[in-house]
Amino acid sequence: MKIFNSLVLSASSALVVFLGASSSAQVSYEQILNAANAPENWLTYNGGYSAQRYSALDQITTTNVDNLQLKWTLQNQVFGAWQSNPIIVDGVMYVTERPNTVMAVDAVDGRVFWKYRHIPAENAVVCCGANNRGVAILGDMVYMGTLDARLIAIDRVNGQPLWNVEVGDVDLAYSVTMAPLVVKDKVIVGVGGGEYGIRGYVIAFDALTGEEVWKTYTIPGPGEANHDSWEGDDWEHGGAPVWITGSFDPELNLTYWGVGNPGPDWNAGQRPGDNLYSDSAIALDADTGELKWYFQFTPNDAYDYDSVQVPVLADMVWRGTPKKVMMWANRNGYFYVLDRVNGEFLEGKPYVTVNWSSGLDENGRPIQTPQPEGMPTYPGNQGGTNWYPPSYSPRTGLFYFTAWEGYASIYRPEESEYVPGQAFYGGGFSVLAPAPDAPTIRIGRTNPINAWTNEVGYTSVKAMDPQTGEAVWSFEQFDVSDSGILTTGSDLLFTGGREGHFHAIDARNGDLLWKLGLGGQIVMAPVTYMVDGIQYVSVISGNSLSTFALRNQ
Amino acid sequence: MKLLFLKPRSRLSILLSIIVTGPLVIQPSMAQDTGDHTYSSEAILAGLGVYNRQCALCHGPNGSSIDGINLSQGVFRTVVTDDDLRAVIADGSAAGRMPSFLLSTDEMIGIVAYIRAGFDPEGIGASGIGDPARGKLLFEGKGECADCHRVNGVGPRTAPDLSNIGAIRSPTSLQRNIVDPATALLPINRPVRLVTRNEETILGRRLNEDSYSVQIIDSNEKLRSVRKSDLVTYEIGDAPSKQPTTLASDEVADVVAYLLTLRGLQ
Repeated sequence: MKIFNSLVLSASSALVVFLGASSSAQVSYEQILNAANAPENWLTYNGGYSAQRYSALDQITTTNVDNLQLKWTLQNQVFGAWQSNPIIVDGVMYVTERPNTVMAVDAVDGRVFWKYRHIPAENAVVCCGANNRGVAILGDMVYMGTLDARLIAIDRVNGQPLWNVEVGDVDLAYSVTMAPLVVKDKVIVGVGGGEYGIRGYVIAFDALTGEEVWKTYTIPGPGEANHDSWEGDDWEHGGAPVWITGSFDPELNLTYWGVGNPGPDWNAGQRPGDNLYSDSAIALDADTGELKWYFQFTPNDAYDYDSVQVPVLADMVWRGTPKKVMMWANRNGYFYVLDRVNGEFLEGKPYVTVNWSSGLDENGRPIQTPQPEGMPTYPGNQGGTNWYPPSYSPRTGLFYFTAWEGYASIYRPEESEYVPGQAFYGGGFSVLAPAPDAPTIRIGRTNPINAWTNEVGYTSVKAMDPQTGEAVWSFEQFDVSDSGILTTGSDLLFTGGREGHFHAIDARNGDLLWKLGLGGQIVMAPVTYMVDGIQYVSVISGNSLSTFALRNQ
Repeated sequence: MKLLFLKPRSRLSILLSIIVTGPLVIQPSMAQDTGDHTYSSEAILAGLGVYNRQCALCHGPNGSSIDGINLSQGVFRTVVTDDDLRAVIADGSAAGRMPSFLLSTDEMIGIVAYIRAGFDPEGIGASGIGDPARGKLLFEGKGECADCHRVNGVGPRTAPDLSNIGAIRSPTSLQRNIVDPATALLPINRPVRLVTRNEETILGRRLNEDSYSVQIIDSNEKLRSVRKSDLVTYEIGDAPSKQPTTLASDEVADVVAYLLTLRGLQ
């Protein structure tokens, strides 16, 4: 018996040596800093601190991409939109499934090493589905935020929870759906609950102990700058959640976050003022959380134009001058280029039909043109784009994102009373449809039949030139898409859509090079990684996570 | 490979339905099913407001946006009685996916009434105006409806089957479809004309479509799935294949009354 055991042990040790698929080496901050130079891993939600979702891997090319072959599929056991974004470290994939389960998966064959399941408190509420968008990693721990507003550190080797701390008050409808961001020795998350009258914040915890280090509200309190952008006690339940992972510039020591809608969502008249820092980009000191600058895209928003888009960072010569820029296709229908050193507005242009505003002034502030009651507002409630992660390729110099075209909503603002923990909408909206009772686009897609058609809205994946604010190409889909974008060192662009097609597109000109119907909506951004010299691309469609590599590899 | 993509047609104007107020009585069959009996028209109308504010975001305008649930048709995952309905609304359900809603007593009465009335404040009244038996004769005869529409296994399949139309459309919508079909036609039902590279012309009606293909029922009642890359022409008709009816208004009311009796296989 004893001999048998030791034989088994030595056999599995040998496997570890040969396959290298279960390394337990710690993930250091320096590794994350240099993620761009080690593209075999995908270390953060956005693929690195600059959040470009660009991988230098180039084994799969524009000429061989039609040799892609399915290597494995992992089935989710929970129905519902699977928005999770896997991270991959040394051949191990960490991916979450609804509501708050983390799995460690062999990235080569899809077999599961362990599964950690957190069951959220029964009174946890979220507006738009029990979503979780993934984990962060540092050292020997992976970190997951939860629907009941907790942050949990999990041993990345054996899946055991190490600490579990409160991020927000679940009784007041705080939640965490985003993947945390690790910066240095801290884990940083934001809170959801913009439909429930929370007061949003970004909060940092010591990565080893879970101790709170700093917390910065996205709505300034009495005595703080810009508190006067709210009246009365509106600020106490004014929303401004942060539910998508931000980015980080190590040279400036600034973390960047997109802030969501003010509350109540649709009744702007009920909360006079600009409602700072709702619908803004904010820059926070990575060590202290101190607010260094902000830029508000949509003051006194009446349309639910959360600015939770991923802040994408790049250093470039911008119109002749070297700049540290931030590129931002906003839910409000405008594409912006900001100077991320100080938040200065450099450029802003509409990329879809916009009628809530007639343009931007020289500081980037929109000139608002509210539509008459009962008339459609463009873009509609889900926006010209939304939280779907964009990509920037330093090779093409283009910024890629998913836009919704021809999509409008009719808003019905109403007075809403704030009741702690309860829905705080301030009215509602309907999606503009060509005939009464016609089916329309919903928040997600669960029906294989598209009975609403492109007359209600459709996708345009846009390749935006940040130098001009104009798209150089666009790639259209019949239905709308909530899929993010991945670009690679071989000028490939991968994206999905609600129709379930997984597309490989030439990032230079928008030509479709390869596609495969995977059957379910793709509501995450594909990722790529390399194990043992083979490049893989993973995508989640419906309830399946599918991983591809070239045939014969 | 080049993606063939067709631009949406120009947008049609929106018709806002007018809510008709007046005394309403719940249909007997519905009352028996639910165990509760009468809902006032005021409650149903109040419920419409509550629904639009609180529920439509997830459940959709027709109550059918969540899998396995169709609120307007009384299809639920767990709810049987009105008490169940109230409990789900007040306490939430499905592991937090359905949040809890703190409603006033009037709002709760209203939302339950609205759901139980099939989202249709004016519907029950309208069904009392026309005569379903006369409507059936008109549908099959003078109205020429049965020339294209199929009901309970009888008639052609080229136009949408109407066997359950009374369960999925409001009377207002049915009336508009008869009187002014161009403004009431659902986009998916627009007539299409396809010409393939092989010079085959296909006429029909769409069942489904995505970026790369379209699924239709053709004029020979065949199911066809056609790749857009195989097409040289793809036309989506602006106008429906039917013209506004020449029936008199009381005859239209009869046809609507008949259509409202069509509630699918029971």
